Amino acid sequence: MPIEFMYDKNGLTAAISGEIDHHAAAEMRIMTDGELERAMPRTLTFDMRGVTFMDSSGVGLILGRARTMKRWGGRIRITAPSGRVEKMLKLSGLAPLIVKSGKEGEKNA
Amino acid sequence: MRNINNYMKITLAGYSRNESLARMCAAAFAAQLDPTVEEINDIKAAVSEAVTNCIVHGYRDTIGDIDMTLRIIDDDTVYIKIADKGVGIEDVERAMQPMFTTCPDEERAGLGFAVMESFTDSLRVHSRVGRGTTVTMLKRVQRRG
Repeated sequence: MPIEFMYDKNGLTAAISGEIDHHAAAEMRIMTDGELERAMPRTLTFDMRGVTFMDSSGVGLILGRARTMKRWGGRIRITAPSGRVEKMLKLSGLAPLIVKSGKEGEKNA
Repeated sequence: MRNINNYMKITLAGYSRNESLARMCAAAFAAQLDPTVEEINDIKAAVSEAVTNCIVHGYRDTIGDIDMTLRIIDDDTVYIKIADKGVGIEDVERAMQPMFTTCPDEERAGLGFAVMESFTDSLRVHSRVGRGTTVTMLKRVQRRG
């Protein structure tokens, strides 16, 4: 599956794997919205460590989910983007949603 | 090794599943210039945006041909031309503004041209309403060694 969902104390994590383009984003959008409508989590974290390619369709995917989460006052975070994914997020103004995790986070704290 | 005048022309059906195929073809062609991984990824992203535009905008409710021409020029530059015969763009300047999209409902971020522009060295867009749109990009590859 291109997305795996996990719940923990931080809410819902959606771990994406593979390529995010316009074609792949369509299924990812349906999968994620189904999970969000069901669980209405306070926080949705996109775990990007498994993403091997992303174009602006990935930005559309994240912005769209941000809109969904807004309906119940939830928020979005992004973790573990590769250098490439981060480049795309910076270009689109989504870089502030990136949170550092684990050791790296402590270092930057 | 001289690559002067080497080229490849392919026509893809405008199905979204062909977006990845277009990226792979462009990356494989560019590989002969021994680019860095970063440069290859720039090319893949730019091609992906251009082909997606053809599919989402050019051929909105139809499936049409997407012509991709790749050429080596000046021995260190990849020329990429991606053309559709779709609806065309009424106001190219406006379409090229970041965040401008005609398809917000489909979650298009309006960043296609911005990505092409920032990941390549040159971007030109030619469009005629009812005739189609042609995007031409140049990507220079650093000489190594």
